[in-house]
Amino acid sequence: MRITVDRERCIGAGQCVLTDPEIFDQSEEDGRVLLHTAHPPQEAAAAVRRAIQFCPSNALALTDG
Amino acid sequence: MMMTETGQYPPFPVPRVCPFREIAEQAGMPQLPPGREAVSRVTLPDGAAGWLITGHECVQRILTDPRASSSRSNPGFPQLRRTSTRELPKSTPPIIGLDPPAHTVHRRMLINEFTVRRLRALRPRIQQIVDTCIDDLLDAGPEADLVEALAVPVPSLVICELLGVPKQDRPYFQERTKLLLDPNTSAEDARAPLVELVGYIDKLILGKEAEPGDDMLGRLIVRYREAGLYEHHFIVKTAALLLNAGHETTSNMISLSVLALLRHPGQLERLLADPARMPVAVEELLRFFSVVDHTMARVAVADIELGGKTIKAGEGLVALPSTANRDPDVFQNPDELDLERNEVRKHLAFGYGNHQCLGQNLARIELEVVLSTLFARVPGLRLAVPLTGLCFKDEAQIYGVHELPVAW
Repeated sequence: MRITVDRERCIGAGQCVLTDPEIFDQSEEDGRVLLHTAHPPQEAAAAVRRAIQFCPSNALALTDG
Repeated sequence: MMMTETGQYPPFPVPRVCPFREIAEQAGMPQLPPGREAVSRVTLPDGAAGWLITGHECVQRILTDPRASSSRSNPGFPQLRRTSTRELPKSTPPIIGLDPPAHTVHRRMLINEFTVRRLRALRPRIQQIVDTCIDDLLDAGPEADLVEALAVPVPSLVICELLGVPKQDRPYFQERTKLLLDPNTSAEDARAPLVELVGYIDKLILGKEAEPGDDMLGRLIVRYREAGLYEHHFIVKTAALLLNAGHETTSNMISLSVLALLRHPGQLERLLADPARMPVAVEELLRFFSVVDHTMARVAVADIELGGKTIKAGEGLVALPSTANRDPDVFQNPDELDLERNEVRKHLAFGYGNHQCLGQNLARIELEVVLSTLFARVPGLRLAVPLTGLCFKDEAQIYGVHELPVAW
């Protein structure tokens, strides 16, 4: 699976970081989302889906690949 | 939607009911007409017809809809209060009243001050503030009003920390924020401390303009200057907004949370037995009380189809997180407090969309620290009055309790 990020939509709420800090981070430059990895392991799928759900600005999506 | 005989829709805002009434249903919730739909019509205080959005999905939709504007200067923006009593007089709200693209620019100036990382670094200072307040509480005797002793000072001191208010000025700051939060302070009596606080913030910022240090205001000044967008008064208004947004909200949540935990001793015991449970417990307390209920107002700038209705351009609306957070489609047994609730993070107590609370992670840390520390250091804590002796802020903009007499 592949996580896609739309940084233009990100408002820096950090809910993705609170959900899974191994995958999601906030840039020290501007506080917006940074991915540690765009291709997390399959075990992280549920956490990634929750992060997508909790993002207040629809900045995250999951695709195949 | 049923209309009354006068042809008007049911009024909004409405008072809330006691959160601990014997009949759990709708405890702590606004007294809205039964059988209302997720999107329904109401009459606002100025007589205008508006829309109330109460369903979870509809609240999420409307708060992410670009046709729902936050700009107070758009005609039809809902007026929820007849007069602006405790707010800055004749002042355009900063970021809270902006739409994209201006909103985006200013939000991005502030995001880096409220990241998970930066707020975690503040945690030791928050712990010290809480410890000192509890030291004073314990010294003062075996009884106290928890609102005055803990709930009011902690968030105020945390904001002082954030804004870089020098230690020697904190008593001045505290006295005025305390007056503003005191329910016995009349609207007229609230003007002087408010003006003084804004005056203080103004001077503080002038000082930091000359020498911007490494604190939030200093960094903000530098960032705005580098972007060529610096305006003294805008920064003053932003700082005042942060104070306004981060004081009473957190303060009321502290008191209500302590009350809720004292009312659910079995759950409290489980919570204290495992500190890892605290974050979920805090989310549940946020969901259950949803203290901020009258501020998610918008005006449609184009027609919006929502929940089977059409909100027309120029019509005002209010999204209610309190009822969205009790939506049975999302939360099982929504009227019960369940400190281990699985689906709790779907709550909308901090709003949704691009205006979602900037300080939410700070609020979370403050609540975690206060609740863990208080119950660890004051294990015999109990309510000193019966529940019926408590007075709730059931018509206020931010829900809370006036006093919380406790003993140990």
